[in-house]
Amino acid sequence: MCLAVPGKLISTSGDGLERSGKVSFGGIIKEVSLAYVPEAQVGDYVIVHVGFALSTVDETEAHRVFEYLEQMDELEEISGQP
Amino acid sequence: MKYIDEYRDAVSARRFARAIARIATREWTIMEVCGGQTHAIVKFGVDELLPPQITLLHGPGCPVCVTPIELIDKAAALGARSDVIFTSFGDMLRVPGTHSNLLEVKARGGDVRMVYSPLDALKIAQANPEKEVVFFAVGFETTAPANAMAVYQAAQLGVKNFSILVSHVLVPPAIEAILGSPDNRVNGFLAAGHVCAVVGYEEYYPLADKYRVPFVVTGFEPVDILQGIYMIVRQLESGRAEVENQYSRCVRREGNIPAQQITREVFEIVPRKWRGIGEIPYSGLGLREPYHTFDAERRFNLAGYAAEESGECISGEVLQGKLKPNQCPAFGTRCTPEHPLGATMVSSEGACAAYYRYRRLEVAHG
Ligand code: SF4
Repeated sequence: MCLAVPGKLISTSGDGLERSGKVSFGGIIKEVSLAYVPEAQVGDYVIVHVGFALSTVDETEAHRVFEYLEQMDELEEISGQP
Repeated sequence: MKYIDEYRDAVSARRFARAIARIATREWTIMEVCGGQTHAIVKFGVDELLPPQITLLHGPGCPVCVTPIELIDKAAALGARSDVIFTSFGDMLRVPGTHSNLLEVKARGGDVRMVYSPLDALKIAQANPEKEVVFFAVGFETTAPANAMAVYQAAQLGVKNFSILVSHVLVPPAIEAILGSPDNRVNGFLAAGHVCAVVGYEEYYPLADKYRVPFVVTGFEPVDILQGIYMIVRQLESGRAEVENQYSRCVRREGNIPAQQITREVFEIVPRKWRGIGEIPYSGLGLREPYHTFDAERRFNLAGYAAEESGECISGEVLQGKLKPNQCPAFGTRCTPEHPLGATMVSSEGACAAYYRYRRLEVAHG
């Protein structure tokens, strides 16, 4: 129900609460309200739930999971685990 | 697809799972609150990757599952009226009410339509001025801004034949109800990422302090969930009870301010009944006074419905993480997705349905 999926914003129209855009989910295009992501620009990835973009995906933060993995493994090497 | 595939990577998932096994020195019970996470955990077998000392409990985070049975009955009554077009998200259509579900109402000639977005329901109202169009406004904080916007726009545009049947619930009060229960066994929570994308995670700080439990805001893919569990276990092992954010690519501490503004404009906090659990104070949203004309319960005078749950269904225990679905005697026999006894067997995010789809052959022990 709270399923929300990332898609790429490929065009926008209107402004303010009326702002909307076309979002591509792996090639499937949907019209989405951008009322809640005024910062979103064409090319950004947005998280879409029931026709509304709720958040813009932060490219830098998106890598953190994998940086965390690297650091976690390094830490363990230092602490002398087998 | 970008931002999905890399977070389903089996190698990264296993690395987190191994790390959890290395740092967990004792038994810990962790609850994921969100049904989307339950679905992913069971589908990708995240729980099966975990070491035996970690137990995952599935929480009440499926709005479809906690919508009270009398609201389903009200929806069915509205759907059956010849002057009404009843609109709803698809997963509400098969939820059993006392006598029937919305699909059966439709089969008997009711105009019941599935919509993808509440704005589609508003469009249907504009296109059918001679009919009353009702939208079943169900959901957590994630869905509230969308439903609020439909009402807000209806008011702005002067659409008179549109109303919503509200069953909006909030996550933190449900978590507090679980933490406050004397038989609580949850040591840490995965906070639902998309709920936090909207409301932020400020609200969890007082809960983490008061009950001494860690909260980690977590995404929905297997690697996200395993990292979230790792972060909780690391806190538990070092005696910390803090709020951390695993899902920083989508969630900011303050959440989505414009979404919160429209939600607060249209809705206010009210007590709500949760199916299988009962009434929880301050646990839901209802329309504010200026928007009462959009309230379907008022418009159609729907007060005074009372209903009883099927005696066999133990979904209340399942929703609070007290029992696993396959411990229910009706699971997979008298209760299946085709003939569900309870709502948790209907929604793909309901724990019973997730177990039925992915864990059917398992027999509960004990
Ligand atoms: S298996 Fe069916 S009857 Fe049992 S708890 Fe789940 S929904 Fe209720």
